Amino acid sequence: MMVDVQKMEQLADNLAVQEEVQGRSLFADARRRFLKNKAAVVSLIILCAVLLFSIFGHMITAWSNEEIDWGILGQIAELGAPSIENGHYFGTDQLGRDLFARVVQGTQVSLMVGIVGALIAVVVGTLYGAIAGYTGGKVDNVMMRIVDILQSIPYMFVLILLLVVFGRSIFMLFVGIGLISWLDMSRIARGQTLTLKNKEFVEAAVATGVKPITIILRHIVPNLLGVVVVYSTLLVPQMILTESFISFLGLGVQEPNTSWGAMIAEGAGAMQYGTLWQLAFPMFFFIITLFSFFFIGDGLRDALDPKDR
Amino acid sequence: MSTKEPILSVRDMRVEFKIKKQNALPWHQPEILRAVKGVSFDLAEGETLGIVGESGCGKSTLARAIIRMIPSQGGEVFWQGRDLMKMNEKGLLGIRKEIQMIFQDPLASLNPRLTAGQIIAEPLKTHHPSTSKDEVKKQVRELMEKVGLSARMINRYPHEFSGGQCQRIGIARALITNPKLIICDEPVSALDVSVQAQVVNLLMDLQKELGLSLLFIAHDLSVVKHISNRIMVLEFGDIAEIGEAHDVIHNPQSPYTKELINAVPIPDPIAERKRIAERRALEAKA
Repeated sequence: MMVDVQKMEQLADNLAVQEEVQGRSLFADARRRFLKNKAAVVSLIILCAVLLFSIFGHMITAWSNEEIDWGILGQIAELGAPSIENGHYFGTDQLGRDLFARVVQGTQVSLMVGIVGALIAVVVGTLYGAIAGYTGGKVDNVMMRIVDILQSIPYMFVLILLLVVFGRSIFMLFVGIGLISWLDMSRIARGQTLTLKNKEFVEAAVATGVKPITIILRHIVPNLLGVVVVYSTLLVPQMILTESFISFLGLGVQEPNTSWGAMIAEGAGAMQYGTLWQLAFPMFFFIITLFSFFFIGDGLRDALDPKDR
Repeated sequence: MSTKEPILSVRDMRVEFKIKKQNALPWHQPEILRAVKGVSFDLAEGETLGIVGESGCGKSTLARAIIRMIPSQGGEVFWQGRDLMKMNEKGLLGIRKEIQMIFQDPLASLNPRLTAGQIIAEPLKTHHPSTSKDEVKKQVRELMEKVGLSARMINRYPHEFSGGQCQRIGIARALITNPKLIICDEPVSALDVSVQAQVVNLLMDLQKELGLSLLFIAHDLSVVKHISNRIMVLEFGDIAEIGEAHDVIHNPQSPYTKELINAVPIPDPIAERKRIAERRALEAKA
């Protein structure tokens, strides 16, 4: 007999103790599927690297983002190129500031804009949509018409107007992006809620007398999360793009602060002087981050696909 | 049974739905669908009333209207002498503790994001929010054993259970507040036959043990006959017949009931063929 006595005894012990079996939640399942997706995992690693770069990048620079390297000012095209010796790993910008330090700073701002924008969208949009969808009737009608009206206003115009009237600041940028980002999310959340609210588990909760707000938070929202998570990973790059566009126009973040959009604008402006690295480095981070988010969003969508449930 | 004071009496229940035509303009009158047209019945304590009828005849609508999950257009529902239809939300909450419901689709009636333990505990947490965590867990474990689930499964998620087990979770959830009436909305029609029998027997055992009243909705006559004391046959929102289970099945009075009973296939080819031949002969005579 090929019976592993020790294992059998252990099994018997387990049965005797009547251990509680740990269940595998749907998210655990999704995580397993996500980790099998190579492109998504690589993207996740790259994104983590970018994040670490933005948090700890300033520790490995020889120069701060404010210092001007007077030795090379005026000869940027000749002396400002990326080099290990003088400590300008990514070269310098047109004013002789270290580009590495500037990119770190720009990455912080751009990621923050993206994540804050997406966060506002997730929290406000999901709750708004779930409440509208679950309540239904007139409330739903009024709430969704408000969304329609807000959406019918050309948002770029409003954003530019906001920045011109109230002054250009990161705070105003957040306000502007926050105002528009949750609209699509609320529609998606509402649509999903409409299908969920007729499910029997919601009926069961109603029948036992669970309060509507508890039903929304406990039964509706957790079941929306799959869609919301996927959409928000696609929303982050969208927010970054919006901010970059605004900054590219010169209306977004202001000197001495910077962001990818502003740096790309500067780099593009200086292209004719033969300082291509000023465009290349911010662009590189911009592109790999956007691609990573898109691949992660894709991977998450596949992993959370409701058909697999 | 009929000598006892009824625990639930329904009088002249009417439910209507407004159906808007596609592309209808806002001022167009919607069509009105009368789903339940004045149904009255009594239910005694500890009794099982089976409600049968073909799909779409208003069985589930009636059940949902009784506990005010959907609005009704008329009628009275007396629960231990109090009219449910005239109650405010707060008063209704106390009643919801006493009337619980079991649903048709076992998996769909459980929130996929919650564990079995959380699902079963929900009514308890709603009606007795001050219960301590340990006490909740203890009660949940006891109930799981009672409905024939291992208490070790408390942390599992619904998709890890079979259909029959899911229905047992649903039953446990309905039992945790010690209800007096359970409305079973086709609790076994989504299960396969062997599991059906287990679940029905479990319900009957629990009923005997806890003295529950059951409102048992089904379209399967043999299941209803097995579990019910009395049977109510619904025909397009009207009562076609109501009476003792044995009488309704073996001596049906209304032509609709006869038709329903005739539609049940007999699992014996010779008997089935004989019955078809008899029916043809009757039709030829007429």
